[in-house]
Amino acid sequence: MTIATDPTLHDRLAALAERQIAAGESVGAVAADPVNVPMIRHWTAAMGDANPVYTDPAAAEASTHGGIVAPPAMIQVWTMPGVNGRARQGATPVDGVLAMLDENGYTGVVATNCEQTYHRYVRPGERLVPATRLTALAGPKKTALGEGYFVTWNVAWYSGEEQVAEMLFRVLKFRPRTRRDRGGGGEPAAGREPYPLRPAVNRDTAFFWEGAARGELRIQRCTACGELRHPPGPVCPSCRSTDRGYAVASGEGEVYSYVVHHNPPVPGRRTPFVVAVVQLPEGVRIVGNVVDCPPSEVGIGMPLRVTYRQMDDDLILPMWAPREP
Amino acid sequence: MRTLNEDQVEIGLVLPELSIELTPTVVISTALATMDFTPVHHDVEGAQAQGSKDIFLNILTTMGLVERYVTDWAGPEALIRGINVKLGVPAYAGDTLTFTGSVVGCENGEFTVEVRGKVSLGDHASGTVRFALPG
Repeated sequence: MTIATDPTLHDRLAALAERQIAAGESVGAVAADPVNVPMIRHWTAAMGDANPVYTDPAAAEASTHGGIVAPPAMIQVWTMPGVNGRARQGATPVDGVLAMLDENGYTGVVATNCEQTYHRYVRPGERLVPATRLTALAGPKKTALGEGYFVTWNVAWYSGEEQVAEMLFRVLKFRPRTRRDRGGGGEPAAGREPYPLRPAVNRDTAFFWEGAARGELRIQRCTACGELRHPPGPVCPSCRSTDRGYAVASGEGEVYSYVVHHNPPVPGRRTPFVVAVVQLPEGVRIVGNVVDCPPSEVGIGMPLRVTYRQMDDDLILPMWAPREP
Repeated sequence: MRTLNEDQVEIGLVLPELSIELTPTVVISTALATMDFTPVHHDVEGAQAQGSKDIFLNILTTMGLVERYVTDWAGPEALIRGINVKLGVPAYAGDTLTFTGSVVGCENGEFTVEVRGKVSLGDHASGTVRFALPG
C-alpha cells in the first residue's frame, strides 16, 4: 500500500523545523549516575579495550591524566535513558519533526552520521547534563532505501557550566518502498529486505555461492578423474577421490522436469512459481526456478539460460529464463 | 603499553589491522554496557521482525570500537579529540568487523587517522579520528 503524500506536508515540516531550529538548545535530564568506574569497567570489558587509564588507578595516576578518566566515546552513555527511562528524559526539539515524518509514512529510520568532539576527558564524580538542538532538515531526497528526509541534531554535554563534549547526529527518515515500487509481481523483489531463506554454505558448497555472486555457474569437478558432479560433495562417486575443484558451466540448459508450486506459502516468495530440474549440456542436472515467463508456458525440453537474481543485500541466486533455441 | 611520540607518527603510516569477531555475546554485552536496550541489539526475533537478519551492533559501540582501534595503536595516553563516523551497512552478530586505517593529517600537534570498519556486507563505518599525543 502506498500512502499518498499530503501536498502541504513539506511546507508544514519545513515550518516546524524552522521553529525548532530557532528555539535552540533544550536541556535534558541530568545523568542518572555520575561518571563512575563500575560503568567504565563494564564498557571497557565489553569493548575489549585494555587501556589502563580508564580502570587502573595506579597506571592512571602515573599517566598524563593524573587519575582515572572515562573513555571519550562513552560520552553518550552517561545520559542514556536506561531501561524504560525514556519518559524521564522529557521531549527534545527533534521529537516533533520525527513524529510528523512517522505520521506521514516516513516510518523507516537509519542513522547516517555520528560526529563527536571531546573538549576534555571527564572524570569519575562528574554528573553530566545533555542539551539537544535541531540543526537541519533536508529533503525530500531519493535514496536507495526510498524517499526520505535527513534530520540532523546536536547534543552538547555539560559538567556544571562547562561544555565537555558535543555530537552531531544525522538520521535518514524514509518511506519504506512497497513491493510495487520494486516491480515485484510474481517474482521475488530485489530490495533491502533480507530474503528469509538462506542457502547452506559450507566448505563443500562455498565455491558455488561465490560463483553465483560473480555471475558464474560453477559445477564441482573431480580433480582426479575429471567427472563433474552436482550438488557438490566431498567425494567423487566415480573414483572416490576427495580432490575437487570446479568448472564454469556455459549457462545454458533445458527443462528436464518441473513442478509449479502453488501451496503451501513460502516465506519471501509469491506463488505460483516454477521449480525445475535443469539439464546442463555439460552433463549434470541442477535445481532452480524458471522465471521471466508464466508458469503455464514452461514445458519439458524448454531451452533456458541462467540468470542471476539479487534476493537481498548479500544473496544472489542463480535462476533460469527462457532462451531462443 | 607505550604511547607513541610525535616523531613516530607521520602521514601515510598504516595502522595494524584489528579484527573483532562479532559473537552474540559481543553484540549484546556492548549494547548493554552502552545502556542501549533497543531490542534489535539483543533480541534476535525482535530484530528479525523489523526486517534485520539478526541482532546488530549499536552505534555507541561502533564509536567505542573505532576509539579502541586508534588507542590500541597510538597508546593509552593518546588524547582522543574527536571521532567522525559515516555509518554504512549493519554489523550483524556472526560477522567479523575488521578495522584498517592510516594517518592522513598532522597539524599543530593534532593527528588525523582515517579509519574503515568493514564487515562482509561492506563498510560498516568509515571516518576519521583526531588525537594528540602528550609531551
